[in-house]
Amino acid sequence: MDQPVSSHHPRGVEKQRRSAGWGKRLAPYLLSLPASVWLVLLFIVPLGSLLIQSLETCSPVTGACVMTWSWGELPSQVSLYHQQFVTSLIFAAIATLVDLVISFPIAYWIAFYGGRRKNFFLIMLLVPFFVSFIIRTLVWQFILSENGVVLTFLRHAHLISSSFHVLGTNVAVIIGLAYNYLPFTALPLYVAIERIDHRVLDAAHDLYANRRAAFGRVILPLAVPGIFAAFLLTFIPAFGDYVNQEILGGTSNTMIGTVIQDSYLVNFNYPAGASLSVILLAVSLLGIWLYARLLGSRTIEEYL
Amino acid sequence: MSVTLPLDDAPPPAAPPAATRRRRKVGRFVLPTYSWLVIAYLVFPIAVMILFSFNRVVGGLQLVSFSWNGFTDQWYRQWSNVPGLTSAFWLSIRLALVSTFISTVLGTFLAIALVRYRSAKFRGRVAIEQVLFLNIAAPEIVMGASLLGLFVALNIGRGFLTLVLAHVMFSIAYVTVTVRARLAGFDRSLEEAAYDLGANPVTTFRLVTLPLIMPGVLAGALMAFALSIDDFVTSNFVSGANPPFPVWIYGVTRVGTPPQVFVFGTGIFMVGIGFALLSIVLSRRRSE
Repeated sequence: MDQPVSSHHPRGVEKQRRSAGWGKRLAPYLLSLPASVWLVLLFIVPLGSLLIQSLETCSPVTGACVMTWSWGELPSQVSLYHQQFVTSLIFAAIATLVDLVISFPIAYWIAFYGGRRKNFFLIMLLVPFFVSFIIRTLVWQFILSENGVVLTFLRHAHLISSSFHVLGTNVAVIIGLAYNYLPFTALPLYVAIERIDHRVLDAAHDLYANRRAAFGRVILPLAVPGIFAAFLLTFIPAFGDYVNQEILGGTSNTMIGTVIQDSYLVNFNYPAGASLSVILLAVSLLGIWLYARLLGSRTIEEYL
Repeated sequence: MSVTLPLDDAPPPAAPPAATRRRRKVGRFVLPTYSWLVIAYLVFPIAVMILFSFNRVVGGLQLVSFSWNGFTDQWYRQWSNVPGLTSAFWLSIRLALVSTFISTVLGTFLAIALVRYRSAKFRGRVAIEQVLFLNIAAPEIVMGASLLGLFVALNIGRGFLTLVLAHVMFSIAYVTVTVRARLAGFDRSLEEAAYDLGANPVTTFRLVTLPLIMPGVLAGALMAFALSIDDFVTSNFVSGANPPFPVWIYGVTRVGTPPQVFVFGTGIFMVGIGFALLSIVLSRRRSE
């Protein structure tokens, strides 16, 4: 408002332009510097030190660690804990599949028939996220326990025997994983299906495609990027998850996340924990790399 | 346009051809029934949580029991009676506010840099994009474990500072992605107009750019806040004697949960869902 008129003087403008030129060249670096430094120091450097730590050997007495380049630690940890890796893999895969099957129809329905209430239904899909992850899992412990709501009801209805139990079994862990990660599956699926042009579907019907053919040859192929994004956003976190297993599962079906947590926070065996983390990261990145090879890495970001 | 969800309402469908009639039947009966069942499944545990926050406790210890013992509002009247829980909750709120502020500022600047400057004028752009991607994709337990390893190696005591460092670290990428989506359709000529009127870059950013990208920045901030307040895995590794809310709850699950946990859970849920529904109402009003 009260900008002095003199700043419009040609020389003032000229000066401003020159400094703007410098600023322009430096601008991207200045803008990205704080975030980049933060990410390098607290994300990249720790990952590097994790790799280094996995090659160290620590004295069990003093806890002092020495770099011994013990590459053998990685395969030895794999052979020691391969059962937990396999368990995690199976649990995560089943939970992801269950989520895909549950959420495909609802994502399809919201995308094609949601109309003006689309946003409302999307919030209903996201509703678990408004309760803390830990409390959510804790509530499932309540629901699935022997004198909890569901089993008591089923027992009274004589649908299950009195010795039937869920809590502490593999089924309970998978139920918990599937519930906790369902929104991560449903949302990318919705985004992918929402993009499908309705006219393509009408064209399929005009060309005498029945419902099954239209679904299998039009909708499903066009939803593939969403299915892959859903797979990544559900499978990778479920693979490293240990909360569901600790709260809902028994002691026999330990997942790899539990082993890593215990190595760090219970046994203070950092090299073992670091080795397992490196392996977990490598397996996850392998999955992501395969994904990127198939579909390109940009598509993942589109679904976040 | 909504604040939290980057979605537009679809254009109203044209008059349906005969071929789509069967499709509509499925859309009208089978799918809605199924979808409401799924929504019921998603809501069910939350209903149980709210119900059990009103559950009477039998026996000496004030711990939640798996069975229903009768209605009471005792836990709402005594919501702050568990000192550890209350202080953990306020710690989580402080932590979320601080880390949201920092990560929103840093993430917004980074998003502007990534959208405005192509690789030729911005060396390292591709590397930053890859780091962001890796950050989002990496399993959380690996990030938590690696941070703990670093903090221990550098002899940094675990506490509020390490929590802030970690939470900003995992929030930046999400803020950047959210703000960038908003920036993609930005009209640069508005900024040029400001420059032509004699505004310097700072004034232009403050008076033109920021108000225009504000919905995206707010969405990013909401995301960062939600991520921070709900984070368990990373926090479990980097918190010290005073744990944040989720870590505290996890700690007591082995010994027994005080009913106040469900009171806090219900409160957080009500506030969150209230904001979400408000944003829908506002976006609908704006579009009308």
